[in-house]
Amino acid sequence: MSFPLLTATAALPAIGAVATAAVPAARRTTAKWLALVFSLATLVLAGIALARFEPGGDRYQLTESHAWIKDFGVRYELGVDGIGVALMALTALLIPFVILAGWHDADPSPSSQQSSSRGGPNETKPYRWRPTQGFFALILMVEAMVILSFEATDVFLFYILFEAMLIPMYFLIGGFGDRAHTGSDENAAAQRSYAAVKFLLYNLVGGLIMLAAVIGLYVVAGTFSLSEIAEARASGSLSMATSTERWLFLGFFFAFAVKAPLWPLHTWLPNAMGEATSPVAVLITAVVDKVGTFAMLRFCLQLFPEASKWATPVIVVLALISIVYGALLAVGQRDIKRLIAYASISHFGFIVLGIFAMTSQGQSGATLYMVNHGISTAALMLVAGFLITRRGSRLIADYGGVQKVAPILAGTFLIGGLATLSLPGLAPFVSEFLVLVGAFSAYPAAGIIATTGIVLAALYVLVLYQRTMTGPVKAEVQGMADLKVRELVVVLPLIALLLFLGVYPKPLTEIVNPAVQHTMSDVQKKDPQPEVEAAK
Amino acid sequence: MENLIALLVAAPLLGAAVLLCGGRRLDRAGHWLGTLLAAVSFVIGVVLFLDMLGKGAEDRTLHQKLFSWIPVEGFQADVAFQLDQLSMTFVLLITGVGTLIHIYSIGYMEHDERRRRFFGYLNLFLAAMLILVIADNYLLLYVGWEGVGLASYLLIGFWQHKPSAATAAKKAFLVNRVGDMGLSIAIMLMFTTFGTFAFGPVLEATGETSEGKLTAIGLMLLLAACGKSAQVPLQSWLGDAMEGPTPVSALIHAATMVTAGVYLIVRSGAIFNAAPDAQLVVVVVGAVTLLFGAIVGCAKDDIKKALAGSTMSQIGYMILAAGLGPIGYVFAIMHLVTHGFFKAGLFLGAGSVMHGMNDEVDMRKYGGLRKYMPVTFITFGLGYLAIIGFPGLSGFFSKDKIIEAAFAKGGTEGWILGSVALLGAAITAFYMTRVMLLTFFGEKRWQPDAEGHEPHPHESPKSMTIPMIILAFGSVFAGGFFSIGDRFLNWLEPVTGHSHGHAPVSATTVTAATMVVLVIGVAIAWTMYGRKPVPVVAPRGSLLTRAARRDLLQDDFNHVVLVRGGEHLTRSLVYVDHTLVDGVVNGTAASMGGLSGRLRKLQNGYARTYAVSMFGGTAVLIAATLLMRAV
Repeated sequence: MSFPLLTATAALPAIGAVATAAVPAARRTTAKWLALVFSLATLVLAGIALARFEPGGDRYQLTESHAWIKDFGVRYELGVDGIGVALMALTALLIPFVILAGWHDADPSPSSQQSSSRGGPNETKPYRWRPTQGFFALILMVEAMVILSFEATDVFLFYILFEAMLIPMYFLIGGFGDRAHTGSDENAAAQRSYAAVKFLLYNLVGGLIMLAAVIGLYVVAGTFSLSEIAEARASGSLSMATSTERWLFLGFFFAFAVKAPLWPLHTWLPNAMGEATSPVAVLITAVVDKVGTFAMLRFCLQLFPEASKWATPVIVVLALISIVYGALLAVGQRDIKRLIAYASISHFGFIVLGIFAMTSQGQSGATLYMVNHGISTAALMLVAGFLITRRGSRLIADYGGVQKVAPILAGTFLIGGLATLSLPGLAPFVSEFLVLVGAFSAYPAAGIIATTGIVLAALYVLVLYQRTMTGPVKAEVQGMADLKVRELVVVLPLIALLLFLGVYPKPLTEIVNPAVQHTMSDVQKKDPQPEVEAAK
Repeated sequence: MENLIALLVAAPLLGAAVLLCGGRRLDRAGHWLGTLLAAVSFVIGVVLFLDMLGKGAEDRTLHQKLFSWIPVEGFQADVAFQLDQLSMTFVLLITGVGTLIHIYSIGYMEHDERRRRFFGYLNLFLAAMLILVIADNYLLLYVGWEGVGLASYLLIGFWQHKPSAATAAKKAFLVNRVGDMGLSIAIMLMFTTFGTFAFGPVLEATGETSEGKLTAIGLMLLLAACGKSAQVPLQSWLGDAMEGPTPVSALIHAATMVTAGVYLIVRSGAIFNAAPDAQLVVVVVGAVTLLFGAIVGCAKDDIKKALAGSTMSQIGYMILAAGLGPIGYVFAIMHLVTHGFFKAGLFLGAGSVMHGMNDEVDMRKYGGLRKYMPVTFITFGLGYLAIIGFPGLSGFFSKDKIIEAAFAKGGTEGWILGSVALLGAAITAFYMTRVMLLTFFGEKRWQPDAEGHEPHPHESPKSMTIPMIILAFGSVFAGGFFSIGDRFLNWLEPVTGHSHGHAPVSATTVTAATMVVLVIGVAIAWTMYGRKPVPVVAPRGSLLTRAARRDLLQDDFNHVVLVRGGEHLTRSLVYVDHTLVDGVVNGTAASMGGLSGRLRKLQNGYARTYAVSMFGGTAVLIAATLLMRAV
């Protein structure tokens, strides 16, 4: 038996989480370094997996399969296609930056020491559960579960991970709030709890509905194995009644649409991203939410191709609403982090649109979009976090003229913003244009409506930049320090990657294309022929 | 030889990267490096040009494919360049004028502590603009198209600490994005129609699709052109863009970037030729803008804004010519090149005046400057003669050709377009004479500023005057040089095609008419501003004057409808999202799960126990289901 690379890639951060949590209370710095080293080692493993993945080879590669719960045929079955391996690599790539950006986010703050007698969930006894160790251990735990969920080819295994990752996320949101808040500490703690529980409830409800569908699927198919079900469906030995397929599809899709999130199930995201620290916000939108869109591609389309096509008109409309609505809401925000959250909702609309356009360009674009959105949002959100930490406020109106005092911070913020508005030359342009073209060739009207997103994106990004960075220097901004070495180490590689994937996305498209072709044949769809060729 | 094409872009791109990432160490030499790399690009352009001249007219096109950019099933986008006569013309204009303006900026930006960054942005602009004109497909053109938009954004807002500059920069980018929507949709239409968006295959296959499709593509391309070239209805950003440093106004907002729309239409000639309806819209946009810009130019007291109105109007001429089809393509580009010379020269002259006048821009506070700035006066004066079409100078040849072509369109259309073009020529003569008289003639009208400093007008340093002299040289001779033996026509015809149309009146008649309207325009301006002293405070003016001062109220319209309306929309949506969407979804969930009471508790801070119990519940549920199956 060969070395179980996929298991190792997921196990390493899990071991790291345990190790980090075990570090004694006084050795905070050791815990941080330990977490960083584990995340980097995971990145190396993910890199190896990426290198060993052969784009032209089998659909699922690096597979592992072991019996787990024999009674119901639940297997520990792993394997990655091009989409899975790309997202796995993205996750492994982002976590070290998340850890490094959040280096001081879980340090005991002077205010929490003073106010330890006050109420509020995590300020009651700040040292009881070693917050620093806990913070980094939880991040690694999320990484382990997300990576494994990208690898799982057993529906039940995937479901367990899909639900289980809520637990560490809940504690990350509720336990470690952004210290920049308005109003009293108690008020902030209440808002944080609200955000965390809202996150949890939305996702739990989605998960419960999915659980019903998972069980239903087992009843119909007699197995949880993705490949077995797909094979049986292709050979005709497993046929589903139309209504059964549709109900099961809806059960899966609902859970993924909560997680993605798709309008109107999106309202938990701005709360969660606003209240969480910036690195955790990145973890939510750039990493965890991707599981939702990934699962739409892998499970919805592959298991229920007919139902997927049946639901497409509605889903395309919801995606379009997300795009335009999210962007308009972003324009109207007064809080920097909530603005980025709504921008993400708009971007998730693009991803879903690309997936359900069911064209090669749309789906390749959607997969690239997941990766590129992860990188660009990480860049923008983390710089925003550095800015917010300096000033102690999330309100846009509290800033002004930052470029004069901190030009590098302003410059990197602008690049992150330009990536968010999909400027050609940066990675997100490639994916956004592919999604637009893919959507347009299937549904011209949808393509045109989605195009308005590019104007609105310019509006919310440039207004944010103008209000915070330009104009006369505000008194409170005076003397603000520019980015430090640690912060530059976080931001510069992300920017380099945005540039590289914007100019030369070929390494990524080569991996993704074959997987998309498989999905296209799952749903038995062919790309619309160009008019001129069709006429011949 | 084709391997040199990429170097055209690489040189300024390298400059931008080094200057923007280099840090303070480069402050002392940065401007020299930037200028040198612009010059390198120009030299490469000249080498390629000479090589091209050595070949026969039909095999002058060079191709260079660098790499496959976005290879996705059925979708092929390459980073590949195509250099033909049309691109070559632009390459020489961009790098030539670009280099001169780099040199000028060395002096103009001498006292700015961020001069290195300024040169980085200028280099970035050159690289993007070159990509725009040598791309061999529409998607790569789009990269250059937005790249110049970014450079323009950064340079208009170069003095970001001024809120007006930051606002102007944002406005320019946003209005351009509306145009970019057009370009995106045009490319998507090409993809679904032709399966490709490379120039060659698309432009050759126009015969294989319906006129309706081509009209749609053409209109979308026109929308893009309107944004970039400040044509009605997307013209509102150009006047505000004058917030940028004056060399930027000269290079980007007069000579090169704003003419990209003309390039786009001429490049896509095959599409427009087969879509007469789209062409009609193009000429209407051009004709409206040429009057619109000219009227605005008459009313502005800010020298740069008067010139900006003029730019809009002159580009209106080019768009009009481009909309005429093969009758006009060559003349659109010829006017574009001569305009590049004289308008860049005029802006540099304006910058020189401002440099000597403590950055004062109000022409009512100039007066009599010819004595103090002789070189600026003479070079600006030559640019002035060129733009109004004084016989023998550049503008005379190129504008005259466009007016002739407008008449040659034939029929009623031809008469209308020709008359509009003639009227525009009269207004041009008026507003340019006004600028000239207000600035260089009459009595001195400047006063000490608020701190008591009186301006001491003086001639600018050599680094600034030499580029002005060179551009003046081009303003005088380029038109004649291009027209002798139809040189320019023969050069471009293999790419754009040409036809003579059916002129209802002879060329001599058109020229004579142009001369008459020119004299009328100059005479009116002289009566108003030359014969009697000019008041330092602007008189109230007629209704039209007041409207023109406010850019014919388009900004007011935008403000009321788009800005205010948009603010109301987003604000109400924020409210709806917070109360309605959130409320309904929460409410549905609550009523379905019987959670309403607990949901209310969420706000009170004791939620953790509750969440843990939820988890417990789920775990029990999963276990129970599994057990049930097992049994």
